[in-house]
Amino acid sequence: MNPETQSIVELCAYVGGGIAMGLGAIGAAIGEGYTASEANVAVARDPENSGNIFKNMLVGQAVAESSSIFALVIAILLLFLDVEMAGILKAAALLGAGLCMGLGAIGSGIGSGFPGGQTCFGIARQPEAAPALTTNMLIGSAVCQTPAIFAMVVALMLMFMDFGQSAVNPTWAALIGAGVSTGLAAIGSGYGGGKAAGASCAGVARNPTSVGNVTTTMLVGQAVSQTPSIFGLLVSFILIFKTFPETTALAPSMALLAAGLCTGFGGIGPGIGNGLVAEGAVRWVARNTSAAGDLMRIMLVGQAVSQSTAIYAMVVSLVLIFVI
Amino acid sequence: MDISGPDLVKAAAFLGAGISMGLGAIGPGVGEGMVAAKACEAIGKNPGEAGLLTRTMLVGQAVSESTGIYSLVIALLLLFVV
Repeated sequence: MNPETQSIVELCAYVGGGIAMGLGAIGAAIGEGYTASEANVAVARDPENSGNIFKNMLVGQAVAESSSIFALVIAILLLFLDVEMAGILKAAALLGAGLCMGLGAIGSGIGSGFPGGQTCFGIARQPEAAPALTTNMLIGSAVCQTPAIFAMVVALMLMFMDFGQSAVNPTWAALIGAGVSTGLAAIGSGYGGGKAAGASCAGVARNPTSVGNVTTTMLVGQAVSQTPSIFGLLVSFILIFKTFPETTALAPSMALLAAGLCTGFGGIGPGIGNGLVAEGAVRWVARNTSAAGDLMRIMLVGQAVSQSTAIYAMVVSLVLIFVI
Repeated sequence: MDISGPDLVKAAAFLGAGISMGLGAIGPGVGEGMVAAKACEAIGKNPGEAGLLTRTMLVGQAVSESTGIYSLVIALLLLFVV
């Protein structure tokens, strides 16, 4: 293999590592800042419970941190990966892996901050509900991490799979597209899931007896909010595993890159929108538990409609992959 | 590889289609979510009017959806007509 290819592979690995950690640091920092700011408000309101609030702040921040730790792991792997004897496709895959993990950590990091912050504030408001709040916070923020975990899975696949047999020309775009698809789509789902989890912690603090209904509504709402990131993951898998015929033209490559961009960008809005719906439903389940059934129904209808544009985007991506 | 004129145009049309549908999906997704969030609030305050509120929500969301459909139309035009 010629030394020039080796340099390109290393270049992509280093750029990918920088992108992974640089973008990956955005979300967790914002989320943890939100948690800490709410904790400050909470301590000002109820200084006697400052110990308990401080403990929950740290636990909430630790969970929010995980998405940026995923990014750190991927960045370090990219920097020290042994890429000898790799072809030019490996370069595209490594760049895709960096983009995927960097973009994918943004939403989950921001989202996980909301339940932590609302829990701190809730403890100041209703100290006896603290154990229920901590449990609810941990469940909610763990689910928020799912999109970042999807991104890490795709990044690891791109880094460690062997693409040596594939045709270089369209496959390079498919690999970058695969990274961008899961990475971008994870932004909305992570943020949206966090909105739902934050509202549920606020709701438990407002009305501790509603905790069962609130947690159930939160989990259903978060599950639906994850759908756009699952669409992104699906398109990534198709782009990684499908074999594309060799070509010398530019158009087939661009079609595959566009497929990744389309599902990725298309997932951002519906992910955020679904999270807003779940936030509204969870908040009002806590205030008016007797209407929980009606609220769950309207939440699911609203989320289904909000989902439609993500489905359009996925359809356009599938057309770009399979028809064009 | 050598890139010819028609190939470049096709490549741009495909990229444009992906970007059109991708970015075009963001607005309606967020907007429809806001509609449904407020509908949940309204039903929480007044569960008796759930039917009327659901109808209002769906009409509002349908209007908000329109820009997403414009994006889809443009994406399909770029893919199959241009």
